Parts: sequence; structure tokens; C-alpha cells
Amino acid sequence: MAETIIETLPPGTRLALRAAPEPAARLSGAFGVVLPPPLLTAAHGGKRAALRLGPDDILLLAEEGAAASLLQALAAVPGAGPVSLTDISHGQIALRITGPQAGELLNEGCPLDLDPATFPPGACTRTLFGKAGIVLWRTGAAVFHVEVARSFAPYLRALLDEAAADLA
Amino acid sequence: MLLIPCPHCGDRPEIEFRNCGEAGIVRPTAADDAAWTAFLYLRSNPRGLHAERWRHVHGCGRFFTLHRHTVSDRFESAP
Ligand SMILES: [Zn+2]
Repeated sequence: MAETIIETLPPGTRLALRAAPEPAARLSGAFGVVLPPPLLTAAHGGKRAALRLGPDDILLLAEEGAAASLLQALAAVPGAGPVSLTDISHGQIALRITGPQAGELLNEGCPLDLDPATFPPGACTRTLFGKAGIVLWRTGAAVFHVEVARSFAPYLRALLDEAAADLA
Repeated sequence: MLLIPCPHCGDRPEIEFRNCGEAGIVRPTAADDAAWTAFLYLRSNPRGLHAERWRHVHGCGRFFTLHRHTVSDRFESAP
């Protein structure tokens, strides 16, 4: 069985968008991704992605260093309100888990059903890994993107490494 | 582990949720001791179907109301 690879991804821009579907839709052009995606799914285009984590809870991911210009561009959209947009780029970090056993590895600490039939590529959600709240996004059949609070990252990484050793 | 049916996310593991107590407790509008005692301290604590508030705190973040049978822990539709 091929190895499961856990990588820390380079820094990026993260914006927490709280908006009802209609105001969110007006920001689509300025962000470059059609907003809002269906509940618990991600939409992406180029280096940008939007993860719909709740009815009005959307996490925007973009290239590193884009926070200031994005905030400005999104705030300038005419008639966009009422929305709340917060730069949380440095609050969390991202990991990528790749391999045919990536789902099994995550199930060592996350009780969600990660079968591709119930959690297909494009699905995303907030959930738990051990005691850490994470955002889980399946970007491919055998690839997961994990967002975790920076302060919880060493804890998460240690648990994942231990779980990977168990699987190997 | 209980699977709790979130109206937005479907069946999800119980550790993603917080129980927020009995549902339908109405805050009194008048400064009346008996009404405030009931609001703050008195709960029905039934042996049977219990209407309760839940929050999907490690999920969509939303509050919602469910009816749980306190003996079997089964979630049932409203009586
Ligand atoms: Zn939910």
C-alpha cells in the first residue's frame, strides 16, 4: 500500500465571510468564484476557493498576500451588505494529506463517515480531530485539505504522525 | 456514540454538538419572582420525550431543537 503523505502547506490568505446567500452571491465577481457554493461543499477556481461550512458561514481561501486587496475589492462591491468579512489568514494553517489511506488516517481521530459515497471530492465541513476543531475539505479522491488553528497545529500533527505510523 | 440529526448537516457524531438544555423556556417580561424562579431554575426533567436545544458547535454552528427520549436516547419527531 502506498504511503500516506502529510504536508504543511505554505501560508495563504483566509477570510471568514458571514453572509446570507443573496449578499454572498454579489461578491462572486470580485472574488472570482461563484458564491455561495451548496452547503458543505467547496467551489474553487485558480488559486481561490470558497468553503460553505454553514448556511451563512463561508471560508474564503486565496493566494498569500492577497488579504488587503481582497478586503478592499469585496468591500467596494456595490450593495454587498449586510456581510461580515474578517482576515483570519494567520489564525490557522493548512495541511494536505495524500494517499489511498488518507481517509483511514483521518478516521483515527475524526468520527465522520469519509467514504467517497458520503464525503466525495468537493465536500467540506467543520469537524473534530481528537480535541482540535478542524475544517476538512476533500480536494480529490485520495487528497484532503485540513485547516486547523495555528495553536492546535503541533497537537494535530503529532496525532497524525502517530496515526500514520500505526497504518504503515 | 450518538448520531445527532443536524437539520443542516444530517446525522453527525455527538462530540460535534453541545446540549443547550430544555427548549421552549420563555423569558418573563414582568419583574415577577415566581415567574423568574421558574425561568431560571425549574425544568421538566421528564422520563420520556424531552424537547431540547442543541448547537452544532463543531459543524455548521447553528442552534436547533430536537425531541429526545430520555430513556432510549432516540431522537423522535415532535409529539
Ligand atoms: Zn450542522
